[in-house]
Amino acid sequence: MSAKNQSIVIRGATVVNPDSVFVADVRIANGVIEAIGDGLTGDVVLETAGCFISSGFVDLHTHLREPGKEEAETIESGSRAAVLGGFTAVVAMPNTDPAQDNVKTVQFVRNRGREVGLCEVIPSGCITVGRAGSKLVPYEQLAKEGVTLFTDDGTGVQDALVMQRALMIAKRLNLTLAQHCEVASMTVGAVMHDGACCSAMGVPGWPSAAEEEMVRRDIQLVRMTGAREHFMHLSTKGSVELVRAAKAEGLPVTAEVTPHHISLTDELLSGFDPIFKVNPPLRTMADIHALHEGLADGTIDAIATDHAPHAGHTKEETLDTAPPGMLGLETALGVVNTALSLSPQKIAALMSWNPAVIANISDHQGRPVAVGEPAHIAVWDTTTVWSVSRDELASRSTNTPYHGMELRGRVRHTIYNGQLVVQEGKALA
Amino acid sequence: MKHLLSTRDLSTEEIVSILAMADHMAEINARAVPKVPALRGRTVASVFFEDSTRTRLSFETAATRLSAEVMTFTASSSSVNKGESLRDTIETLSAMGVDAFVIRHKSSGAPQQITQWTEASVINAGDGWHQHPTQALLDAYTITRNFKELNSMQGRTVAIVGDIKHSRVARSDIDVFTRLGAKVVLVAPAAFLPSSLEGWGVTTAESLDEVIDVVDVVYMLRIQRERMDAAQMPSLREYGSLFALTPERAARMQDHALLLHPGPINRGVEMVVDPSMVPGSRILQQVTNGISIRMAVLFSLLGGDATTTLSNGAES
Repeated sequence: MSAKNQSIVIRGATVVNPDSVFVADVRIANGVIEAIGDGLTGDVVLETAGCFISSGFVDLHTHLREPGKEEAETIESGSRAAVLGGFTAVVAMPNTDPAQDNVKTVQFVRNRGREVGLCEVIPSGCITVGRAGSKLVPYEQLAKEGVTLFTDDGTGVQDALVMQRALMIAKRLNLTLAQHCEVASMTVGAVMHDGACCSAMGVPGWPSAAEEEMVRRDIQLVRMTGAREHFMHLSTKGSVELVRAAKAEGLPVTAEVTPHHISLTDELLSGFDPIFKVNPPLRTMADIHALHEGLADGTIDAIATDHAPHAGHTKEETLDTAPPGMLGLETALGVVNTALSLSPQKIAALMSWNPAVIANISDHQGRPVAVGEPAHIAVWDTTTVWSVSRDELASRSTNTPYHGMELRGRVRHTIYNGQLVVQEGKALA
Repeated sequence: MKHLLSTRDLSTEEIVSILAMADHMAEINARAVPKVPALRGRTVASVFFEDSTRTRLSFETAATRLSAEVMTFTASSSSVNKGESLRDTIETLSAMGVDAFVIRHKSSGAPQQITQWTEASVINAGDGWHQHPTQALLDAYTITRNFKELNSMQGRTVAIVGDIKHSRVARSDIDVFTRLGAKVVLVAPAAFLPSSLEGWGVTTAESLDEVIDVVDVVYMLRIQRERMDAAQMPSLREYGSLFALTPERAARMQDHALLLHPGPINRGVEMVVDPSMVPGSRILQQVTNGISIRMAVLFSLLGGDATTTLSNGAES
């Protein structure tokens, strides 16, 4: 990290803001953006002509694995992976051990994130105790701790009445519930998308309908309760259509997709390699096209990584027994920029501005690059071609599906709270 | 050819040449002393993570008749019960000096994954619902030799009856039979068909009565009672009324039609008729042929230089 009181000048990059795009020098000092102009000087000067500068990215969906599975990831290693990917805030998923269904665990995650100090770690809360789907968590207590986003991620809330009650509370306390949409009775033992590949391979399938049925049900519950709901990692064409219709109706729903669901298909599993096993599963080209359209027309609000580290030996099990999940933080920008041709503003909207609003942190993250704003900044390009190596990632785990693949677009520098934490693609702490 | 993981690993020419090699092996098996020194000094490890006495014995008999050393590993009596990973088990056995692994595993794809962890050849002896390639080869051998059309099943229609979705035998047979020119009709309730038959080149029928008197081969799959739960099929009786081979249905088979079954037979479930009362039954012949086919496969993979001459260029 750079010294506390050093000023940093990012010289010659293109500033990407919601209402304007322009080339300028940006000076950061004392934790804020201090000046924007031409010919600025400072203690550290980064020459960044041809790069873009925007608010730091915000990930709505990160598994940091601490407490409980520190062999796969820690808050420290996950934070480092985050800033290497340009993220200055991550929402920590609650499927830790113990789960984030209580004040103590939530405080631990937040405080550990602060101690590490590389990026903002925002603990989410569970919707139900132990993510077991029946008893509601103490929402008031957790809300007092600043938790505003609740999810049972890894499983969906199966019982419609439980979900309805949770939405009623969320409405009263102005919280957001985020759903992992999966009707569990339709996905028992499921390994991959239930389609032609799965049928040929002879493994239990995860039908698109199992996701769409819960999206459909929850849209109805949102209609009944008026509460906000965020749909996590949507993967199917039908889900995009349902959310599009719900938004047209004016319902307060938002949605995210992952980089892997917009770039990889179920055919990659034909070699039975568990590295490509993820939940929800990789789907078909038709689904990818629908997700791309959903991103283009605003049906889908955000890119979220679902960064899910797993210790190496667990991905050496058979396809049916290996745990689902892939790394995502360090490759997110490259994958999004390679898979889609988006304007820099659209990229910043999907990866920073919109997720900051959904995570209820838009008072200090996902802000415009403007004088006086908090200095949570990503400097990135859309042209550098680089090859992903699982051995060169900061994550404790190596389960990236992009190993050996070339991506276009890379994060160059990341500034968190005015401190340079990534310089020229290298973590400084 | 280094491994046999799936019937899809074999070109149609390779299938035909393995069937031809099985003819040689059948001659050996008919001798007073059915043993040749072809694989002397080679070690075949039969590693069965899932119980299967008949397939294991068939492979071990095949290896013994070719004079290979046989190493036997069964999961029930092994370190797997002590939590050893698949990778560690394979690497440990490899270190003892193995030329070929014969693998049975409950998980689809396990034999393919194992190829990463050993230099030895890997033969799939059945993985999950995925593949059982030697079963398909012995089935094709049994059918072609009975019909005296050695290289083809052209013009023949095979009905495969039962739980297609959960059957590695069906997936393997369908690939081999269709590539040898047969028409395949799947006879199964919707719950026992995979969600997609795209690219399978098959037709379907909703009861055995629709096809029993027109097909050349009736291939009955074993129905596992534990799959007869409410979500799949309301009752065994309802299943049997549409899909079981009863004496009445067996009597409607064409005179030349064959009855095959991969075993073990579930009497009173899919086989209501006593197979010994069906003239076209070749169920025991399948078992005999299985040894010849597995000898041919082992020799193709481990036979070294002789492979090229005996298997007509199967090495690849």
